[in-house]
Amino acid sequence: MISFTSFPQPQDAYKRPEIEEDEDMEVDEDFMENGTLKLAWPGESLTSSHAYMRGHGTYVDNEEVIASVAGIVERVNKLITVRPVRTRYNPEVGDLVIGRITEVQARRWKVEANSRQDAVLMLSSVNLPGGVQRRKLESDELQMRTFFEEGDLLVAEVQAFFGDGTMSLHTRSLSYGKLRNGQLVTVPPNLIRRLKSHFISLPCGVDLILGLNGYIWISKHVKESDREGEEGFDAEGVYSNKNDAIDDSTRTAISQVANIISVLASHAVPLNDTVLLEAYEWSVEQEGGPKALLQDDVGDALVVTVASRS
Amino acid sequence: MSSRIEILNAGGYRSDGRRQYELRTIAIDFSPQGSNPDGSATISHGLTQVSVSVYGPREAKMRSQTFHDRANINIELSIAPFSAGERRRRGKGDKRILELTQTLKSTFEPVIQTSLYPRAQIDIYVQVLQQDGGLLQACINATTLALVNAGIPMLDLVCAVTGGVHSTSALLDLTQLEENDLPNVTIAVMPRSGKIALVSMETRLHVDRFEEIFRLAGEAGTVIHSEMKRAVKEKTAKLVDAMQLGKGSAAPNAENDY
Repeated sequence: MISFTSFPQPQDAYKRPEIEEDEDMEVDEDFMENGTLKLAWPGESLTSSHAYMRGHGTYVDNEEVIASVAGIVERVNKLITVRPVRTRYNPEVGDLVIGRITEVQARRWKVEANSRQDAVLMLSSVNLPGGVQRRKLESDELQMRTFFEEGDLLVAEVQAFFGDGTMSLHTRSLSYGKLRNGQLVTVPPNLIRRLKSHFISLPCGVDLILGLNGYIWISKHVKESDREGEEGFDAEGVYSNKNDAIDDSTRTAISQVANIISVLASHAVPLNDTVLLEAYEWSVEQEGGPKALLQDDVGDALVVTVASRS
Repeated sequence: MSSRIEILNAGGYRSDGRRQYELRTIAIDFSPQGSNPDGSATISHGLTQVSVSVYGPREAKMRSQTFHDRANINIELSIAPFSAGERRRRGKGDKRILELTQTLKSTFEPVIQTSLYPRAQIDIYVQVLQQDGGLLQACINATTLALVNAGIPMLDLVCAVTGGVHSTSALLDLTQLEENDLPNVTIAVMPRSGKIALVSMETRLHVDRFEEIFRLAGEAGTVIHSEMKRAVKEKTAKLVDAMQLGKGSAAPNAENDY
């Protein structure tokens, strides 16, 4: 088990990992064989390019594989990659993301999703009103703004990539679509790992959607039956811009969860359902309500608690 | 024009008590500046302080500025009116600012691997907070660190240092006072390959002295490099360490190394 006494630790408390020095690089048959964590930074020479292949975060110069980002060195057989510790979101097909509409174009929406370029949501990749499966009509094209408008938040899945690396999204599922009744919190994308389910319901009447792009939607709990509507798909509900009535206790719970997430993110704690649940349980026992969490000492105590329990 | 203050006294000390080749204290801070940047860094070389925020690679605001095969680098520099001894407001169109911006851009364009992000844009906002000589040097070093912090792939860390010459003796890392009186040159090096990213000279320097200063600045660059590397290493180790937390006992080998 790890034991964290205080957090964040003073800088000299970090014993830096044993970094192999450049002299050892000639003997790269056993490069990274010992299983220790190796860190790299731009310009750090990793190994010879004869014996190994360069992956992401590296480049080859003068027959050497050299890191181009600061992060952890990873090796899969002969492939050397450096995974940056902090970066923008790198999309993969099947990822659940949360985005914001920035532009309405012909038969498509542009969605800002914390990636290197805006994502595209095609009109053909959304569920249209009046039945889940039907051909899109010209009238649908004309009233695209009734579905999604500039500034709307939505949850979607990465469907495919275009030739230039832009991601294409789809919302062809009842759990995807426009977001309402809640609040958005952004965290660094690498804090959110791929989980079994990115839809989390906390017992305090709060639903969470953890987007892999680092956007988190915290909203009032919606009952499973309500979400589906009468005939399985309720266009009014899905594309509605109106929030439901949210009572005070739910509002407090939402802010509480939002503050927990920003505290954990500022300490670079990876988020998942158990961590959030434990953090919430701990925080409701504290006095002062949601705003107390943002004080440094309370925040540190929260992180220590979460660390000791996980 | 000669200064009333001795640049280099008989004992071999400079006006702020340093020796000829001594650098000023370097302080590096990676805490985020501005509204939720992807990477940021503040560096101080003695009393010169520069803070940089990096956003991106992200969707370009103006489509006309994009390139189909690489990212566009957009640098904006502003100098706080209170940063120098004499209060002075410089607008965006100020010649000095435009020149510095252009210098920074041409320094970093070949170093950043822009071809990995076609059609995207990388925004770099440089804010000068305090000036006491070596402005370009501080801007370059701070930008390098902010780019590393943002996880943007670069060929190497770019380390800049200012050198000057007083009669026949070379000085490093000049203060404003020295910079006003001495011929000086700013040199940015990439220590891994030993390549020079930038040489900028705004004063006349005797050709016989140039080689010595050039060599000294190259050496001083490696000193700054080790300082920057240490800061990056510390920050990376700290983040990696925190990231292990959620994994629990799944990765027992990793925790013991810290």
